[in-house]
Amino acid sequence: MSADSTADLLVVRGLVAGYGAAPVLQAIDLTVPAGTIAAVVGANGAGKTTLLRALSGMIRPAAGQVLLAGEDLRGTPVEQLVRRGMAHVPEGRGVISELTVDENLRLGGLWRRDRADAGRALDEVYELFEPLARRRRHLGHQLSGGERQMLALGRALVGRPRLLLLDEPSLGLAPRVVARTMALLRQLRDRTGLTVLLVEQNVRSALAVADQGVVMSLGRVVIAAPAEKLRDDVDLRHAYLGF
Amino acid sequence: MSATRAALPPKQQLVDTGRPVDRRRGSTLLRHLAVVLVVGLLLVGVSYAVEPFRNFQLATVAAYLCATAGLTVLTGLNGQLSLGHGALMATGAYTVALCQNAFADRGMTGGWLLPLSLGAAIVSTVAVGAVVGVAAARLRGPYLAGVTLAVAIVVPALAVTFDGVFNGEQGLSVPVEPPPMALGPYFPYERWQLWLTGAATLLALLLLANLIRSRYGRTFRAVRDDEVAARLAGIHVARTQVLAFVVSAATAGLGGALLAVLAQSVSPGAFSLTLSLFLLMAVVIGGLGRLTGALWGAVLLVALPDLTHSATEMLTLSPAVAQRLEGNLPLAIFGLTLIVVMIAAPGGIQGLLSRLGRRLRARRS
Amino acid sequence: MDRFVFLTIDGLSRGAVYAAFALALVLIWRAARVVNFAQGAMAVAAAYVAYTVSAATGSYWLGFAVALVAGLLLGALVDRVVMRHVDHTSHLNPVIVALGLVLLIQAVLGMVYGNEFRPAEAPFSRSALTVGGVAVLSPYDLFVFATIGVVVSGLAWMFARTPVGLRMRAAAFAPEVSRLLGVNVGGMLTLGWALASGVGALAAMLVIPTELGLHPHAMDLVFVSAFTAAVVGGLDSPPGAVVGGLVVGLLLSYVSGYAGSDLTPLAVLVLLLAVLLVRPGGLFAPVTARRV
Repeated sequence: MSADSTADLLVVRGLVAGYGAAPVLQAIDLTVPAGTIAAVVGANGAGKTTLLRALSGMIRPAAGQVLLAGEDLRGTPVEQLVRRGMAHVPEGRGVISELTVDENLRLGGLWRRDRADAGRALDEVYELFEPLARRRRHLGHQLSGGERQMLALGRALVGRPRLLLLDEPSLGLAPRVVARTMALLRQLRDRTGLTVLLVEQNVRSALAVADQGVVMSLGRVVIAAPAEKLRDDVDLRHAYLGF
Repeated sequence: MSATRAALPPKQQLVDTGRPVDRRRGSTLLRHLAVVLVVGLLLVGVSYAVEPFRNFQLATVAAYLCATAGLTVLTGLNGQLSLGHGALMATGAYTVALCQNAFADRGMTGGWLLPLSLGAAIVSTVAVGAVVGVAAARLRGPYLAGVTLAVAIVVPALAVTFDGVFNGEQGLSVPVEPPPMALGPYFPYERWQLWLTGAATLLALLLLANLIRSRYGRTFRAVRDDEVAARLAGIHVARTQVLAFVVSAATAGLGGALLAVLAQSVSPGAFSLTLSLFLLMAVVIGGLGRLTGALWGAVLLVALPDLTHSATEMLTLSPAVAQRLEGNLPLAIFGLTLIVVMIAAPGGIQGLLSRLGRRLRARRS
Repeated sequence: MDRFVFLTIDGLSRGAVYAAFALALVLIWRAARVVNFAQGAMAVAAAYVAYTVSAATGSYWLGFAVALVAGLLLGALVDRVVMRHVDHTSHLNPVIVALGLVLLIQAVLGMVYGNEFRPAEAPFSRSALTVGGVAVLSPYDLFVFATIGVVVSGLAWMFARTPVGLRMRAAAFAPEVSRLLGVNVGGMLTLGWALASGVGALAAMLVIPTELGLHPHAMDLVFVSAFTAAVVGGLDSPPGAVVGGLVVGLLLSYVSGYAGSDLTPLAVLVLLLAVLLVRPGGLFAPVTARRV
């Protein structure tokens, strides 16, 4: 990990959050350097989705700090986060099924002042995801699972984010589609310097693309290590991932 | 039985007085009977202690209480919102008027005629309530509110449409016999009115209270909280909803009939949409789903216009302004209170009281 | 036959107003899942403001414009001050609060203006022009058709083609996702209330001169008719609301023309019950009613 703190795009310190009285997240510390992919893995109920929701402000943290490029995000309304450069693709992907593909995509760039660049970003997404261009006028609910995945990712990219939060991108998709998605993330990282925080149940494919692996259990980070170490060290794998 | 109980929500101790269920001892029916007897005796005592006008006001409270109690069972316990209870009251009121007029025209007299008319009022309202209830059981939320709103606006208009029977805007008079001679020649008429309406209302409340604590009451609540769970627990949801509506309609009909007997006349103006909204407001402010809340609501319905009347009299206003204020100020207060209560204290007066009581008990122990 | 033509035109003219009012109901229903039972009272309040302005300045059109602005503001106010703070977990709560608003608004209007009918002038003649000896439609009917046509197509264009329309639709369909995409969902909701209330005020301005006049309860029956229209079209469908409004307007016109105007409230009730019992999702609903 880089020691230079300005290179860390996302820094989380002592984050406590939850729904109601008992916190789900208990003092989470996490650092994601710019231009890397971090994969948060762990069992059901470990608090992975809650972590993402707390980062994007969908639930208010009870304590702790979230810094995006050194800026404290406390008190920033959810709808302002895209303007800070954070895009969150929620669980189940959040394609608005009553809107068309084109409308969904345009929605991702509506907040931008630079209309010309928003238009360019839209064109780029259509180039990146060829099938979407063919289905511009189709409604969200007419798409296949893989197409929805593309739409959700593309919609986030239209906003040209610095940090992309992805919640379970592999959920319900065929292995081939999952592999393609993961490869795409890697490609985006290399080409545009996109930083990704990815939450996954599918440990193998997540660790395959990630630079950093973060294992969560019962609301805590139990280990954060380079992904290849987690992937290849048999003892670590046995201890934290159970395979 | 056990399946029904399994479907019950944890909210059940909210019903009634807010005390935990396990503290209750003995038969529910006996306990309710005892309460009714005590209240009845108190009422008789009060009827001798206060002036005739107060007797009349108390009688009006009793009549409204019939309707609000029925509405609180329907809305609070069964989750069905009815804006049409004013129209159901009108049904009861007009039935009593028609019956009493028919008896008077035939020269029939006797103490049993009025109960007969009241019974007829209940039967006719039950019939109307069953029709609306069957429709209501298929409807949810805003649709149900919309239909009952339409009922509330349309039914009073029917009195004008069929003015051959209902005598249009003028309405009908309701001939009522004087108090029985056995009570003495100088027995105040208002005291007799209080006895009549008090007895009828207490009887209705006794039946309602037992219903609430019975298996049916539990199914009402189960359907309100989760229709799917209730259905899985073997409850016939639609039948339960119709039953709740019919019970509620019956008490509303009785309340309307008693109001007609008190006023000795009925007219469509008395049963406008505003009355329906008043009833709803009364049960919400009193505390939805609680019979004691219905009582607070009924008291408010009588007391608030009276209070604003005295308040406007204290101010020196031109007659025109005073007249505008008098009709509308209570409405404005009702509306505002309704909004504030819904936002700030959804439990209503009774909710606040039981919270206060719990806090006091907690401090003592 | 002449009478039929006359009643049809009259029904369409009335129906256009119901359509606009029903559209306003649908707008709020789609945005907030609330049937705004206070819409009639709010619209009447805006009409009273117009009445005051017109009486003070002598200009109908100034009053008309002020009514629309007052409607917009009242809608935003109701959302921000009242509805925003209501617990929406039970569907009963917003309905009850809306009814509280009905009581409050009507009472305040009664206190300020009194509970008597005030004559409301129409800006154009209401006597029908005759074409070939048949009374067809009045200049006022033309005005109603034109105004509502402009408003309905304007709304349709706004929702389908403009960024703010896209935001409003997105906020209504998926509030959480929309926030993540930078949409100010609360603001869109307030805008929805304002627009709906403005359209309601417009409908009130158009319908009140054709009825008994201005009165705190002037829109009660119009509200029930418009609610019926919205239900006929399916509460979720703006085009359905327009068609529903025309259907209800025609029905009421025929009933009052052939069977007596006393029967129109009953006809509305029967239609509402019939639609809800036979096709609860509205005549155009692709899916059947919610099953529990």
